[in-house]
Amino acid sequence: MAVCTGCSLLCDDIELECDDGKISLTKNLCRKGEGRYRSLREDRLVPAVDGVKVSFDEAISKAAEMLGDAENPLLFGWSNSTLEAQRIGIDLAKKLGATIDDTSSFCQGYLMEKVLRGEYPTCTLDEVRNFADVLIYWGSDPSSSQPRHMSRFSYFPRGEKRQRGYEEDRTAIAIDVRKSPTVVITADGFFRIPPGGDAEFIEALLAALGGKMPKVKDKKMKKKILKLGSTLRKAEFGVIFPGLGLIYSLKDEIDKLTPLITRLNEVASYKLIPMVGHYNMRGFNQTLLEETGHINRVSFKDGVEHGPQFAVTEAVNDCDALMVIGSDLISALPAAISRKVARIPTVAIDPHRNLTTDMARVTIPSALSGLEAGGSALRMDGVKIEFEPVIESGYRSDAEILSRIMEAV
Amino acid sequence: MANVMEVYQLLPKTNCKECGYPTCMAFAVALLGKEKIIEDCPPLIENPKYEKKLEKLRELLAPLMSADATETGMIIHTDKCYGCGNCVVACPVNVANDPKGTALGFGPKSGRAILMVEDGVIKCVNVEECRRFGPEKILCNACVVTCPGRAIEFI
Ligand code: SF4
Ligand code: SF4
Ligand code: SF4
Repeated sequence: MAVCTGCSLLCDDIELECDDGKISLTKNLCRKGEGRYRSLREDRLVPAVDGVKVSFDEAISKAAEMLGDAENPLLFGWSNSTLEAQRIGIDLAKKLGATIDDTSSFCQGYLMEKVLRGEYPTCTLDEVRNFADVLIYWGSDPSSSQPRHMSRFSYFPRGEKRQRGYEEDRTAIAIDVRKSPTVVITADGFFRIPPGGDAEFIEALLAALGGKMPKVKDKKMKKKILKLGSTLRKAEFGVIFPGLGLIYSLKDEIDKLTPLITRLNEVASYKLIPMVGHYNMRGFNQTLLEETGHINRVSFKDGVEHGPQFAVTEAVNDCDALMVIGSDLISALPAAISRKVARIPTVAIDPHRNLTTDMARVTIPSALSGLEAGGSALRMDGVKIEFEPVIESGYRSDAEILSRIMEAV
Repeated sequence: MANVMEVYQLLPKTNCKECGYPTCMAFAVALLGKEKIIEDCPPLIENPKYEKKLEKLRELLAPLMSADATETGMIIHTDKCYGCGNCVVACPVNVANDPKGTALGFGPKSGRAILMVEDGVIKCVNVEECRRFGPEKILCNACVVTCPGRAIEFI
């Protein structure tokens, strides 16, 4: 059995047949995970400095030199690294007096922090499978992003108290601006909202939960929301799975979610599990929280400092060396910020080539975790999953690469 | 998906009984059930005035007759499949045959599952276990309605 690191479900029931170091057959791996496994031989990164291929050791020492010489180094990425690598990364940031931030900074950070600090009630996915009866996919599309979410945990499987599975025992609700693949299978429970309409929808739901008329123009929708209110009240074990759609829509008003969670827990029992994308974003957030009291956006320049100025989008303004690990930062950022990033001397560590590695001064190839390297990671619900390498390759793990840089600094 | 009426409209509608059935309608049902093939209707094949109908009927039934379709008429569009396993876990036969595996959301742990995900996409094995198999078939559609990509259909 192998573990898939294709998304934050870390599916651990993957069966593989290998032939001559090549994967010849996979079982239970979804299409997304399959893509990751098949990428093993495509577009692998090579160690290089200024576009010239060098030895692994030379790449390490050049990286250490660049980071060691910098006044304001910034270490970014981390959500596609093992817990072991993340811990070394944080130590490296301390040693360098660097700023450290991860992808949660511009995606699930806010919600993850609430969950990790215990401000929002949460549960494990195994509990979801065993007990949950009302599921709310809000601005999330598991069918595309975490393809086995609904089959392994949330909607379709039988569980201790949910013996009859989805047909009778569970209600799925999808709130989205578009008819996503997930909506195709939750048709009855689909609430289509206009882009940016999430705050208004929260208001309407709060009204419905309080037995008041929701302020919605559309008559049909009004009725539907009232009905939803009563469905939500009747839940024995409700779970909200918020995705990026919700976070990007609420933007600065993201705290509007809090009264809804509170209200839902007055009338019934509701948990929340953020729909993390990358396989170990939660691991980084939790590790940094334990270490510094903050989940992201930390500077070690002067003790431990935290703030929006240390978010990657801001920190790139005055950093003079950048290390990106397991992330295509350039593609992820808006063009204006990407242009700034392109001017910073960069070390990129990744199994594959991407836009960020293409513009980096130093590139260091790494092993694909779960396949070529072992380690551990936190699933989106915080459960720790450990994995062993299943394929022999000459590539080094993130943890090993970071240790080497650490020694050389 | 072809239905009986569509097939019937493309037959000679003379109830000549040459196919061995009392009516063209009965033959249409037999065609859809894969008990007969188009060539079992002699007038349709031999009489040039049915040429157009024959052509259309062949077109209509092509997916059904193709090797891709299993004996239950299941057609899988792997290009639309996410490999999510929803159908695997929702199939009532999988659940009954594999209580420790698919019933709990895992991949199949017994050899008797009908649907499983292989190389990232769905695959139909043990088709004889499907509720739609054989003369006593039940029109189950659990694997169709749980698919986000509408990758499974029955003809
Ligand atoms: S759902 Fe995620 S972890 Fe599971 S097989 Fe698919 S990509 Fe891999
Ligand atoms: S039709 Fe029913 S029994 Fe047959 S494969 Fe689909 S879900 Fe299973
Ligand atoms: S056929 Fe549909 S439900 Fe089954 S694995 Fe593929 S996408 Fe999922």
